[in-house]
Amino acid sequence: MDKSNRPDQGQNIPRGAVAHRVKFGDKLRSWSNHHLEVSVQSLQRMLLTPVATLMTLAVLAIALALPGFMLTALQNIQQLGSGWDTDPRIALYINDSASDERVEQFSLELMLHDGLRSVELIERARALQDFSEYSGFGDILSFFDSNPLPAVVLVLPVDQSEQGLLTLQAELAALPEVDEAVVDMLWIQRLQAYINLAERFSWVLAGLLGLTVLLVVGNTIRMTLESRRDEIIVAKLVGATDAWVRRPFLYSGFWYGLLGALLAWVLVQGALWLMADNVNQLAQLYMSGFSVQGLGVKGSLLLLLTGLLLGVSGGWMVTGRHLREIEPT
Amino acid sequence: MAAISFTNVSKRYEGGHDALVGVDFSLQSGEMAFLTGHSGAGKSTLLKLIMLMERPSRGQVMVGDQDLAQLQRNMIPWHRRRIGVVFQNHQLLFDRTVFDNVALPLQISGYDPVDAARRVRAALSKVGLLEKEQQNPISLSSGEQQRIGIARAIVHKPQLLLADEPTGNLDPALSEDVMHLFEQFNRVGTTVLIASHDLSLINRMGHRTITLSGGRLVSGG
Repeated sequence: MDKSNRPDQGQNIPRGAVAHRVKFGDKLRSWSNHHLEVSVQSLQRMLLTPVATLMTLAVLAIALALPGFMLTALQNIQQLGSGWDTDPRIALYINDSASDERVEQFSLELMLHDGLRSVELIERARALQDFSEYSGFGDILSFFDSNPLPAVVLVLPVDQSEQGLLTLQAELAALPEVDEAVVDMLWIQRLQAYINLAERFSWVLAGLLGLTVLLVVGNTIRMTLESRRDEIIVAKLVGATDAWVRRPFLYSGFWYGLLGALLAWVLVQGALWLMADNVNQLAQLYMSGFSVQGLGVKGSLLLLLTGLLLGVSGGWMVTGRHLREIEPT
Repeated sequence: MAAISFTNVSKRYEGGHDALVGVDFSLQSGEMAFLTGHSGAGKSTLLKLIMLMERPSRGQVMVGDQDLAQLQRNMIPWHRRRIGVVFQNHQLLFDRTVFDNVALPLQISGYDPVDAARRVRAALSKVGLLEKEQQNPISLSSGEQQRIGIARAIVHKPQLLLADEPTGNLDPALSEDVMHLFEQFNRVGTTVLIASHDLSLINRMGHRTITLSGGRLVSGG
């Protein structure tokens, strides 16, 4: 419109944009109000179909809970393993026929071995003392005329790989002074390897289930989007922006993600709680201070954020594509 | 100053159907005109080009001082907010009240809710439906639904009011009422363009008439 030669008021003069310009403050307030309103409405819309919503949420919760539970369980097992000194040692049980001096000499020789980091000699006398002190079976020793325990040399290998340990074990076992060479803690290393594998597996699973969450949220929102086609078209015809049209669907994604994650949290904590009594009892039998750890603050936040992120992304993914297709014709 | 001007505008749809061929016309600001012709003559296409629901294959469409070819997709909402449109099939939403239907454009443009409520009631009172604001439009007659559509089209006081067969489903008496309503808005300065094939009504109203036939402008340009 030509604004220059047009009086502000008059019978037959068009009153253009001047008359109904919206103030910036109003726009901002209206924008935040709209966010609040739309977020509440999206939630209400979900509650209109409680059964369908609950089923969707259950799928999301299980998909989020499964990796959450597995990773928490693995963390617990790792915590269990970390209670031990995990450096693998080889215990060399010395032949009874070797004299104390020879044993001493032998341990000094081992110190020169390139493959060993440290060497510790436990003489027969000390072994006897340790045994009677810590085992609780000290009385048994009184049945023996002489010290039945062999001297032990504990060596810490440089190469801690399983293959290296086994080679070294064979080498040391072949020495004439050595009766038997036992690799200690090898099982912990194996356990660690299994945990690593399980962790890797859990992350792959988490990725796949995360994709599931994305698709489930996306598909659910796509269906609401189809059911609100008329509304979208009318809104676009009277000047709604893409962001305005998209907002309720993003909030649906937000709610699905949040509620799904909360439900998943309950599932994980519930499952751990169910197992805690048994595990703790087992730990007590082994005199271990181990107790089952839940998700914790960090894990809970991670679960919640993951749920939210996947929910909103699911909404974003679908609305981005489909809203462009829904145009008034 | 022209509110709308078409310069040599053609629209060919995919598949080769020519909906508009070399259309030239302009509508002055504050003018009221009818757009007529048989169905398939190109009336709806012409309105769609103004609304940017379609883009022309050739030629220039100006609304106010804005060349529509220069408007990117993301600017279309702001363009549409300057225009009020009345549809033949009403395009009302039956999941909300009459009030909420009329309030939609204001809500989208970000009006203060109190101000918006005042404007919605003003628009509803203008079309005589103030007492039905809390009803669902599905419970109202076709004529009343059309008037809700009109209230929604004028609630934000657009510079330009378009109507596509606004009396298509109405009996003659109601049709005349609706047309007089458009005249009222035109009297306060709104530019009005109404597509209609109700020739006897158009003749009685005595406004400028633009006639399309087979996509070509045959009179009133």
